[in-house]
Amino acid sequence: MSEFISSNLQYLLTGISVGGQYALIAIGYTMVYGILRLINFAHGDVFMIAGLIMVYATASLPIYVSIILVLAATVLLGVIIEKVAYKPLRSAPRMSVMISAIGVSYLLQNCALYFTGGLPQVYPEIPFLSEKINVGPATTPMVTLVTPVLTLALVIALVSLIKYTKVGIAMRAVSKDFETSELMGIKINSVISFTFVIGCFLAAVGSLLYFTAYNSVIPTSGAMPGLKAFVAAVFGGIGSVPGAVIGAFIIGICENIMKGLGWTAFSDAFTFVLLIVILLVKPTGIFGEKSTDKV
Amino acid sequence: MEKRLKAPVAPEKKIGNIIAVVLIAAVYVLLYLLDNVLPTNSVTTMLIPVLRKGAIYAMVCVSMNLLNGFTGLFSLGQAGFMLIGAYSYAIFAIPAEQHAAVYQYFEGGSIQFSIPQVLSGVLGESGGAFLGAIICLIIAGAVAAVFAALIGIPVLRLKSDYLAIATLGFAEIIRAVFQWDGLGKITNGSNLLRKYTSFSDMRVHAGDTTIKFDSMFPFLIAMLSILIIVLLVNSSYGRAFKSIRDDEIAAEAMGINLFKHKMISFVVSSFFAGVGGALLAMFQTTIQAAPFRSTMTYEILLMVVIGGIGSISGSCIAAFLYIACSEWWLRFLDSGALPIPFVDASIPVPFFRDGFRKVVFSVIIMVIVLFFSRGIMGDKELSFSGMIRKIKNRTKTAAAAAGEEDAQ
Repeated sequence: MSEFISSNLQYLLTGISVGGQYALIAIGYTMVYGILRLINFAHGDVFMIAGLIMVYATASLPIYVSIILVLAATVLLGVIIEKVAYKPLRSAPRMSVMISAIGVSYLLQNCALYFTGGLPQVYPEIPFLSEKINVGPATTPMVTLVTPVLTLALVIALVSLIKYTKVGIAMRAVSKDFETSELMGIKINSVISFTFVIGCFLAAVGSLLYFTAYNSVIPTSGAMPGLKAFVAAVFGGIGSVPGAVIGAFIIGICENIMKGLGWTAFSDAFTFVLLIVILLVKPTGIFGEKSTDKV
Repeated sequence: MEKRLKAPVAPEKKIGNIIAVVLIAAVYVLLYLLDNVLPTNSVTTMLIPVLRKGAIYAMVCVSMNLLNGFTGLFSLGQAGFMLIGAYSYAIFAIPAEQHAAVYQYFEGGSIQFSIPQVLSGVLGESGGAFLGAIICLIIAGAVAAVFAALIGIPVLRLKSDYLAIATLGFAEIIRAVFQWDGLGKITNGSNLLRKYTSFSDMRVHAGDTTIKFDSMFPFLIAMLSILIIVLLVNSSYGRAFKSIRDDEIAAEAMGINLFKHKMISFVVSSFFAGVGGALLAMFQTTIQAAPFRSTMTYEILLMVVIGGIGSISGSCIAAFLYIACSEWWLRFLDSGALPIPFVDASIPVPFFRDGFRKVVFSVIIMVIVLFFSRGIMGDKELSFSGMIRKIKNRTKTAAAAAGEEDAQ
């Protein structure tokens, strides 16, 4: 066992780090799904756009200003998407909203393709995060160690926000029952906007960490992490923040261990096998609440 | 024995049918001319691929519409089934002597025959190519259908968004499996499959003259497939599909076996997606697993939405429009200049560069999704008899109004 760990330490570390990055994206999925019952297919692309904004911002601005700009711009983008593409369809059938989300994803990818000209954009090095350090036999950038710590800190902050603040209580009420909470005087629209603000903020943080580790951004680089994060959210029980985080860590670690075992071709497919298994065995996920369909 | 009374056929319907038959015949005459007679110029070089690809996408869209529009199953696995179809077709249609070249990294592969070639030995070259291609297309559909049946057992028990994400996941798994080196002797790993029978082999030699079927072949296959789907939708199965779409619980209460009908819809849809994928392989003359990503499914879905979810003629119109715009009419958006019609000149526009076409395209799609969510046709079908009736009614009311005016 210890031999296995020492020979696969590199993969294990990367796994934990990638898991943390998936977790930050997955929270956006799980919170939006909890409130709107919508798979926000565009979330992965928002994450990719955050990466591109960073690339373009650092070309003319100092790095720390760029980071703040990335966080602000991503949040703004998320709120605009919600207002333009999802809000008008609030009373439409669920399929229409999902199609709208797919349309937004297509739009963001094509815009990214247009602005980058299809060339991979080199992600800037962030001081401290990009430095290399040695952990036992493995060499890894600092970001690998920072990610899990930062992720956990943000998740704890988020969970306490949901649990103790007024907005958090409103969010939980809306996710339980949309109409009743509206009748109770909760401003639905601002709660939904706030959800998107949190989701996109975390996706932006995730993109800072993810792309620092991967070095380049292409228009489709948000698609796979996005889908995987969604699987993580389903795995943990959609609507549950801790569930999404645990699911994301499990997926990140398993995926990288598969790479370590030489099954790189199937590391992406594995995530979906996991999804199908969990949907068959326990469709509500690890922490999901049971819901019943009423006639 | 009681004789069943036949309802008299309305004259509009008769005329409508005649118009439809004439139009279809006109399309085939045009295709024949394009293939054999008309010279190649700037218009035909664009028109021919647009028509072929349009026909292929039309059938794929209709097969997706059968699932999403008529059965209410939001499935996003279309690209995966097209991939299976394309590969199954190509694998059985690569001539034996080309295997060494195509499977150069996998010792010539493990399948050492090609169905069109085997049949050519019996039926002659053109007969073998036609029948062989058709048999390979059926194999392609059948393999996709078998996969769909296996995937359907776990997946079809899921509800709306879970079904979407699970089918999307399966498409990704399929892509990973086909790119895997372990199956390289059959699938050629992540390398191209090529040299198989394609549209340019669809020729009939009669004496000295050669009749080409390059464009007619995809149209014939696509039309036949769409016809079968239309017949299915209008049968009692089709009515069961629609009742499942409208209300699953009510449908079950009326005695419809949900799982069985969902499965039929899923398998049939995947069969035709497989055939469509195989036709796409024929069209492209080379095939690779990499482009069959979720983006491809999204594009097909967006075509279905543009045409109208639940309208077969809408899907066909949208597929041709979409392909024509993206491959031909909006090409200038990528070219850096705005051409002036009828004059051989253009105005340079700096932001018209690579990729701008797709941005414009996605904005148009978003506008359609948000403001015209019923698409071109809604859930109605294009019907000539309906049009005639409408025109007649309009002239009648106009005549009546005129008559009233005269009376006053």
